[in-house]
Amino acid sequence: MSSMLKKLFLSLAALSISSPAFAAGVVAPEFKWMTFAVFGVIIAITMAITFWAARSTHTTSEFYAAGRSVSGIQNGWAIAGDYLSAASFLGIAGLISLYGYDGFMYSVGWLVAYITVLLVIAEPCRNIGKYTMGDILAFRNDPKKTKTVAALSTITVSTFYLTAQMVGGGVLIKTLIGIDYEISVIGVGVLMLAYVVFGGMKATTWVQITKAVLLVTASIILVMMVWAPYGFSLPGYLGSVVADPDVQKQVTKLLGDKAAMMTPEELGQRFLEPGLFLKNPIDQISLGLALVLGTAGMPHILMRFFTVPTAQAARTSVIWAMGIIGGFYVLTLFLGTGAAMLVGPDKIAAVDAGGNMAGPLLAQYLGGGEQSMMGNFMLAFVAAVAFATIVAVVAGLVLAAASAMAHDIYVGVIRGDHATPTEQVVAARVASGIVGIIAITVGILAQGQNVAHLVALAFAVAASSNLPAVFLTLYWKKCNTTGIILGMIVGSLTAIGLVMISPNMTYPKAVIAGANKVLNGEPAVPAKEAAPAVERSAFICELFALDGCVLAKPAQAATPEKPAKPGAAEKLAGLTAKLQPLEASLPTITDVTAKAAAEADVAKLKKDIAGVEKAKAKAEADLKKVEGQTTSMMGLEKPFFLLKNPGLISIPLGFLLVILGSLFTRDKRAEEMWDELYVRQNTGINAEAASAH
Amino acid sequence: MSDPNVNWLAIDSNPKFQALHRKKTFFLWGLMVFSTVYYFLLPIGAAYYQDLFKIKVWGVVNVGILFALSEFVVAWTIAYVYSRKANKEFDAMSQDIINDVNNGRMK
Repeated sequence: MSSMLKKLFLSLAALSISSPAFAAGVVAPEFKWMTFAVFGVIIAITMAITFWAARSTHTTSEFYAAGRSVSGIQNGWAIAGDYLSAASFLGIAGLISLYGYDGFMYSVGWLVAYITVLLVIAEPCRNIGKYTMGDILAFRNDPKKTKTVAALSTITVSTFYLTAQMVGGGVLIKTLIGIDYEISVIGVGVLMLAYVVFGGMKATTWVQITKAVLLVTASIILVMMVWAPYGFSLPGYLGSVVADPDVQKQVTKLLGDKAAMMTPEELGQRFLEPGLFLKNPIDQISLGLALVLGTAGMPHILMRFFTVPTAQAARTSVIWAMGIIGGFYVLTLFLGTGAAMLVGPDKIAAVDAGGNMAGPLLAQYLGGGEQSMMGNFMLAFVAAVAFATIVAVVAGLVLAAASAMAHDIYVGVIRGDHATPTEQVVAARVASGIVGIIAITVGILAQGQNVAHLVALAFAVAASSNLPAVFLTLYWKKCNTTGIILGMIVGSLTAIGLVMISPNMTYPKAVIAGANKVLNGEPAVPAKEAAPAVERSAFICELFALDGCVLAKPAQAATPEKPAKPGAAEKLAGLTAKLQPLEASLPTITDVTAKAAAEADVAKLKKDIAGVEKAKAKAEADLKKVEGQTTSMMGLEKPFFLLKNPGLISIPLGFLLVILGSLFTRDKRAEEMWDELYVRQNTGINAEAASAH
Repeated sequence: MSDPNVNWLAIDSNPKFQALHRKKTFFLWGLMVFSTVYYFLLPIGAAYYQDLFKIKVWGVVNVGILFALSEFVVAWTIAYVYSRKANKEFDAMSQDIINDVNNGRMK
């Protein structure tokens, strides 16, 4: 095995040296070597962990559950590692840096989700389960049927989440250090496969712990540097965020016409008030439901509870995870607002429209800026932690999907639980390899695709299918096989179906209209008279675009006439016409101050031209992408389901169908086994023991 | 999977287990309902009570920010309260039941 590891290592080294892959990234070319050095060190550490873990990973229990030898505190850190994916750690800091309060509000749901895990899921799962969610569901139901459905659902959720992570990771690494997208995805995939195939759960756990410690340390250092100048005073610090011109400019941009009547102080203060990003409260509540109930149904999170020796350790691990995750999200308030104040929302959005680069750019600024050694070292460190994050989260997901494939489907259903221990471990490794290769392939195929909806989908499916089934089989005596199968299938199909017709998908007409606005400009809008508030016709209209629906609208003040906006070509011509005489006049100016002013004007014009050209190129690319299409993948011109998050409908439906299916059928085994299940989940009698070492 | 050596029905109907079950159910559901309601107050407040959220109470720090921060404190408090109760009470009760089973007093 060690010779294989060595080969892997060499091929990775070759990957990172192959220079033609470099393109422009946030890191300046002269500091690239340092970035690779930091990446190299972190990869080397994780490889050493894998090497060490591989020596004690021989049995199924060791492969799937690290021999149940992980302590509560260790598992807590690993859960935090699983949860603080690149999307949540870079994404939330980014949202706060661009939208202020709403970004922070977004992070609360991710922590509250763990209360559900702590109170109703962690300990019973530890007491009942073995390696997978399928084990819990099969306990008192038909094993073959429930294991099949559980495995399908696990693989679906993992694949959605995995694809989002792979695509997000590829883009992230490309933006940061300019490695080609495909090479980034392959790099992430190969490393992750090495952890999983050789080191199983033990390596995955320790890689997660290492990464979580690095991530938290880096964030604490950054927050200290941002907050210390204000003597760690909250009002003092936020006061200067509010007073920052960049922040005020961003609010003006977000509010549009409404900002005209506001003073700079009001604009700044608005950054700390809700409503800049999340406009639809019902969508918000729907997302909240999916987060609070979906986390407890995520297969890679459930699987973590099988790695600890006792229910007490499972409890300890959730408490630690809540402390770490919550503490981290409080830090994001400072990371996000700090980046907004020091780097500026404009610059953050210019590097990545979603704000994902806020954290790394803040690190670079705090270290001394773009040209400094320290600034680039700190950027490299944060980038390397982000990379480790993606690899580790993907490893956890692959392990979850592979366990469903090998343990539930192959061993449980195909072999009827009659596989030798060696066969089981081989099956687990082969399944990991298959899932890993699928992940890499899907990651490369999905390049440039809109994957934002996949994260929402993963949580919605977990909350609508996995959670109702697990929850009701643990707490409701009448729950049985039919109910579980019906609930899981309908719950997940509803969630997927609703997302397919939701605003998350790409609607060519809207894309074309948006691109044409950029390219051809907008016609003048005549003055409008004040309009009274409109009441919506029915609640259902908030959810679906039905015929005859009237949406609520607040009263509108009269607006003056708006002039036509020029298109990109016209703008470019105008800017160039201004630039040329100015540039030509430069050598003739002798006065030093006047010359400096003129040079600044030239630089500003050039920047504007570059901005317009970028927007034009993007609009043209968008047009090309949807060329010849008029409807979305589902044949719709505009979304039929109006929420981005389907949880509000699919979660109650999932629960309802498990209940109905169970009430309308009888299952003797499910009822007979209830006493045993209920006693075991509460007392831990006969729980899977830790394997002896 | 079933273990014929343990009479699960007997344990389930034993008063000790029933007491554990009652206490746990009441406690867990209470915390769960409270935490869910408290969490959803945040999006509801941010959407429908913006005037309240905008009131400045501590320099530029407004009710909305303090409420969002309080969500963290409440979540941690729930975690602390639950783990204290479980460590002190529930674990002892279930250990008592396990001992009874192992000593053959509950078969």
